[in-house]
Amino acid sequence: MTLVADAPIQQWFADFDVWLQRSPGFFTGRTVVLDMGGTAAGKPELERWISELAARGVRLVGLEGVRPSMVDASMPPMLRGGRDISLAISDEIAVPAEPSKPAEPVNMLIEQKVRSGQSIVCLEGDITVVGSVASGAEIIAGGSIHVYGALCGRAIAGATIGSKARIFCTRMEAELIAIDGAYMTAEDLDGNIRSQAVRVWLDNDAMRFAAL
Amino acid sequence: MAKIITVTSGKGGVGKTTTTAALGAALARTGDRVAVVDFDVGLRNLDLVMGAERRVVYDLVNVVQGDARLSQALIRDKRVETLFLLPASQTRDKDALTEEGVDKVIGELATQFDWVICDSPAGIERGATLAMRHCDIAVVVTNPEVSSVRDSDRIVGILDAKTLKAIRGETVDKRLLLTRYDAARAARGDMLKTEDVLEILSLPLLGIIPESPDVLKASNFGVPVSIHDPASAPARAYVDAARRLKGENLTVEVPTTQRLGLFSKFLRRAA
Repeated sequence: MTLVADAPIQQWFADFDVWLQRSPGFFTGRTVVLDMGGTAAGKPELERWISELAARGVRLVGLEGVRPSMVDASMPPMLRGGRDISLAISDEIAVPAEPSKPAEPVNMLIEQKVRSGQSIVCLEGDITVVGSVASGAEIIAGGSIHVYGALCGRAIAGATIGSKARIFCTRMEAELIAIDGAYMTAEDLDGNIRSQAVRVWLDNDAMRFAAL
Repeated sequence: MAKIITVTSGKGGVGKTTTTAALGAALARTGDRVAVVDFDVGLRNLDLVMGAERRVVYDLVNVVQGDARLSQALIRDKRVETLFLLPASQTRDKDALTEEGVDKVIGELATQFDWVICDSPAGIERGATLAMRHCDIAVVVTNPEVSSVRDSDRIVGILDAKTLKAIRGETVDKRLLLTRYDAARAARGDMLKTEDVLEILSLPLLGIIPESPDVLKASNFGVPVSIHDPASAPARAYVDAARRLKGENLTVEVPTTQRLGLFSKFLRRAA
């Protein structure tokens, strides 16, 4: 992730704080690069901003858009486009980086009942619920949705992967199901499907159902 | 242009949602075009009482935020074809409603309908003030108990301060709807009498809805009580209230305990 700072910096920090207040813990455990390209800051300002960000719990792994003279050993290394440029200009033979591990799937597992009014969102992957999804609750997944229980609320799948997504549940009582934007409300659901264990997929914009 | 009604109360659980659905259905039965709007974002219920919870796709918040058009979000009632519901969102934040957004939605509804009935959330917070903002007529729903009456008095004060009409220096037409009225208990003195409530609130009476199991039954069936069993006492009281809203001059009957029949005439307690 890259944080792009721009002038006036007081305003930027004020906006940042408002944003942080709305999403506390957003930066926890994330790798963040600070891009100073939009400012004409010198070294003293840079030092201050790094400490200000640290005070807000943001851990920087690199800096972008800064002059090499501004960076010292105590600061995060300079990066460009996510690559460490000090490595690129070194005379030494670059040690081949370890083969990168395949990205960890970011699926979400909910091991309790999803209650009315709750909204579970995972735009990166699948959502699995071990328990039921109450009427008035909502599950929005980038991928597929799996419910081991009664699905009484709304299930919206395929927000990222599109029509490949599926919905599985052990008891279909949904108020609304959607895959890749194509939706169906409860009253359009066939009576044969109601209360059954089903899987749902999309076939040319038509929703298909089959018993599990 | 529509008449905008807000159904409001200070206290929760007094019957705002039941009243919104019942008045909406009764008005729509006369052929007027009616939209009922659920402002209780986060705790939506009007769709349940109207029996439309399985038909909700888009809601008020989607329309306010521009994600859906009003025509996509309005749900036409299956029993009365001039009755429409704009449901609330249960999963969005109640702060999603903005003054500008609500102004736009109500403005648009007002051009399409004869009546727009807003079901307000309980209390005096932003959701309630947004729901009452545009109202021409406020229906203040009160139970015959002191806590409910006092909270309603508080709401009347806010109606006189925070509605657009109040801000323009006009006054909002306020009517009192007394719900869950139990004549026997009022006679025994376990409950406030109508006169007492009227004296405290000094508002014109729109109607008195008797306490009745029919209200709960209709609500659980997802049918507005005014059309579920039109012969029932609460249904008749709501239909009369709707006729008063349309300008008819009907006297409000105070429900009385049932007569004991002929036999009672022969029984007189000795002095």
